[in-house]
Amino acid sequence: MQTLNFQQLLRYQDQLIDGTLHTLLLTLVAALIGTAIGVAGAAAVRGGPRPVRWAIRGYVELIRNTPSLIQLFVVFFVLPGFGLRMGAFEAAAIALGLYFGAYCTEIVRAGLDAIPGSQVEAGQCLGLTRWQVFRHVVLPPALRSVYPAFTSQFVLLLLGTSLASQISAEELFHTGGFIETRTYRSFEVYAVICGIYFALVMIFKLLFAAVGHLAFRWPVRR
Amino acid sequence: MALVDIKNVTKSYGSIEVLKGVSLSIDEGEIVTIIGKSGSGKSTLLRCINALERIDGGEITVEGQPVRTDMPNLRGFRQRVGIVFQAFNLFPHMTVERNITLAPILNKRIAKAEGRALALDVLARVGLADKIDAYPAQLSGGQQQRVAIARCLAMGPQLMLFDEVTSALDPELVGEVLKVMEDMARQGMTMVLVTHEMGFARNVASKIVFMHQGRVWEEGPPADLFANPRTPELRSFIASAR
Ligand SMILES: Nc1ncnc2c1ncn2[C@@H]1O[C@H](COP(=O)(O)OP(=O)(O)OP(=O)(O)O)[C@@H](O)[C@H]1O
Ligand SMILES: [Mg+2]
Repeated sequence: MQTLNFQQLLRYQDQLIDGTLHTLLLTLVAALIGTAIGVAGAAAVRGGPRPVRWAIRGYVELIRNTPSLIQLFVVFFVLPGFGLRMGAFEAAAIALGLYFGAYCTEIVRAGLDAIPGSQVEAGQCLGLTRWQVFRHVVLPPALRSVYPAFTSQFVLLLLGTSLASQISAEELFHTGGFIETRTYRSFEVYAVICGIYFALVMIFKLLFAAVGHLAFRWPVRR
Repeated sequence: MALVDIKNVTKSYGSIEVLKGVSLSIDEGEIVTIIGKSGSGKSTLLRCINALERIDGGEITVEGQPVRTDMPNLRGFRQRVGIVFQAFNLFPHMTVERNITLAPILNKRIAKAEGRALALDVLARVGLADKIDAYPAQLSGGQQQRVAIARCLAMGPQLMLFDEVTSALDPELVGEVLKVMEDMARQGMTMVLVTHEMGFARNVASKIVFMHQGRVWEEGPPADLFANPRTPELRSFIASAR
């Protein structure tokens, strides 16, 4: 039986760092796209005209009820047929952004629904515009109430970026495959990769706790 | 000309007619107290006055301008007609200062320092200047309601509406809120309030309006109305409210 040997992996340190950075970038870009979609989508589902509401509902259901891998393939292999050319990394960012956006729409909508209508009314009575009421009165407490759900979904997104390896986007999991073919040290390679994902998740959890602490300072009465 | 003129207003929710032809006029500086049984349409009438509810018939004017939910410059109108609710409706994620200055800063374009001065000024009028940096959750119900009143005052309203603003408070906190309202009355604010506080109605109001089944059943100065109720409905209401 072979003994464990991590020695060989040291030579691939640069690739591992590069893969990690790409995974981070992919996660953050997809999260940014998805969060923007989520806030706008949730607002539109509640207050938009009927066709827009239906379109968003359709999008959310479609994304949430089909495999993410196929969504990725559609963006990467099918969209170029309509003239949308893009690299693997861009395709992955878009596909994952759309994926995250569908879940975010549901999450943010739940948060908005939790804000009582009397808060909206109070804002209207002060002469605020609809947008001002949404932005200043409804959104902050709504985001607070769904922040835990949002951060869990973010972790799933981070781990889910590994799917992008299936279209050969350069990210951590893809880097793992590359090193494995060079070293034949499958177990060691994926142990290290796993460790890196784990560390990333932990770092984000700490970060989210800190951000939540800073962003949501107001006391709540139980 | 009356500040508020309500003429034959009707309002239904579905098939239930809640206001069945309400007429009422309110002069500047008047303190009008609306009393009546639960479900008689008091809140609905208040909400119609600041265009929170659409009326089905009749007309409401404020300073001669017809009040409608689709009126031009509805937002400007809302700034001139303040309303305070039973449940305070403060914004929990904002300090007292921010609650008060949000609308003036966003829409009257006042500077931040000016906003703080404004907040201090209106808070002084409700006796809470020391709470300017507190959050709503850190205040008692009575204090929260006084902040809600201050937030309204900061808009510089010509008319203030109060819907059972003491009903959600513990009995020992009712007095502090009523006192603030008495001060405002003394300073000449035009006020329309729905209340179950008969003592307040008797002592502070210039006019009492008794609503019953969606109509103004009786109205008049408190001394008259309480001493000589003309209808059996008001008589039994006064007896039960004692
Ligand atoms: N949004 C609504 N939809 C349907 N019915 C309503 C609505 N608001 C009020 N009503 C009905 O209208 C009637 C009058 O309600 P309103 O709140 O004006 O009474 P009120 O005199 O303020 O009573 P209370 O003293 O209990 O506050 C009631 O029968 C109530 O059930
Ligand atoms: Mg009521």
